[in-house]
Amino acid sequence: MTPISRGFRGRRDASADPSRVPPGQYVTGDFPVLSAGPTPHTQLADWSFAIQGEVDEPRTWTWDEFRALPSENLTTDIHCVTKWSKLDTVWTGASVDTLLDGVDTSAEYVTAWSDGGYTTNLPLEDLTGGRAWVAFAYDDEPLDPEHGGPARLLVPHLYFWKSAKWVRGLELKLEDEPGFWETYGYHNYGDPWREQRYWGD
Amino acid sequence: MARAALLGRLTWQLANVVELVEETARVRSIVLDPPAWPGHRAGQHVDVRLTAEDGYQAQRSYSIASAPEDGYLMLTVERLEDGEVSPYLADELRPGDELELRGPVGGYFVWEESLGGPLLLVAGGSGVVPLRAMLCHHRAVESIVPVRLLYSARSLEEVVYRDELMRMAAADQIDIRFTLTREQPEGWQGYGRRIDRELLDEVSWPPGEHPLVYVCGPTGFVEATANALVELGHEPARIRTERFGPTGG
Repeated sequence: MTPISRGFRGRRDASADPSRVPPGQYVTGDFPVLSAGPTPHTQLADWSFAIQGEVDEPRTWTWDEFRALPSENLTTDIHCVTKWSKLDTVWTGASVDTLLDGVDTSAEYVTAWSDGGYTTNLPLEDLTGGRAWVAFAYDDEPLDPEHGGPARLLVPHLYFWKSAKWVRGLELKLEDEPGFWETYGYHNYGDPWREQRYWGD
Repeated sequence: MARAALLGRLTWQLANVVELVEETARVRSIVLDPPAWPGHRAGQHVDVRLTAEDGYQAQRSYSIASAPEDGYLMLTVERLEDGEVSPYLADELRPGDELELRGPVGGYFVWEESLGGPLLLVAGGSGVVPLRAMLCHHRAVESIVPVRLLYSARSLEEVVYRDELMRMAAADQIDIRFTLTREQPEGWQGYGRRIDRELLDEVSWPPGEHPLVYVCGPTGFVEATANALVELGHEPARIRTERFGPTGG
């Protein structure tokens, strides 16, 4: 039985479709920034993207090679574990399916790693099947460093910390290994619809 | 604490509101007495959940202001004019009410003595809240880690925990510097401008001493401060940040 907060009425956002807002989230029009440390500023000339780990042959792309890959535009809702959700965000990126095309692996897990040392872990199947991208543009503009530019992972069906900013590679793994926030008390999988915010949720 | 306990679910609990302290015109501290508090580390936060009569709920996260050693849990909340939860906490909540919360949450923006120092804390506005927990923890364990706080506020009236920080600053162990960016009282001896590279260079420990830095404040403040520290030669991996955006509240 949930106790009533005396005098609390709440400010319901009538414009937001409740079926698109996961439990405990509120809709914001802003794009808040949350990062554990300073924002890395990697020059494009020094940037590369790698698929490595449990693969026959690791792959890398320079920035130009990466940008020459087929890209997709998508409009999607994003959900941050700090409670905000942002609806109809517009991104451009390369599908992870494209990056993994032809890769032969027995891996079931992935650690995404980033400039600045950030990591996050996901099941491989959550990155495939048209559910994940390496995004380089937001609202048709190059992605700001504060928001993860030059490129970030975009996995909108999980809490947004899984969408690693400043991503530089995917390491395919046989065993699941908790990433940065997953080690510091946050849920290993992070499904917003099941409100998997913290360990044990 | 046993790992099994750490891995247990953080359950919602109802905490009694023991006392409310008006810190500034827009900032209020809420002293709580949660029945089953598992303890916390300085810098962690809690989730607060409000429920309206029709069942509508709203959740937000708030930094813990109290030290682990304090016999109570204190949150400090800034009222955001267009916010949903913070106006309730800052205006409506009364002693004797109950507040639903769960926590503690977060394990990175945390300081404890084993992490060492020297310690540089940089606060913008109400970003001082988790840093206050670190200062109080530092004092409670009688830490010998050198510590400095650089606190940027718009005016002296907007300095949260003003009297307490002034008392701490008067003590030898803790070095506290203020900068007032909009309005300085007559005869003000502290800084009077936004935090920039030069000011950080003057206040921070030299990069060669590998200080451990915690920066908390609005996004633009944290971004500028962390970037300037990196430019000055501080190690990015030694700079921990906590940002609150234009929304929240």
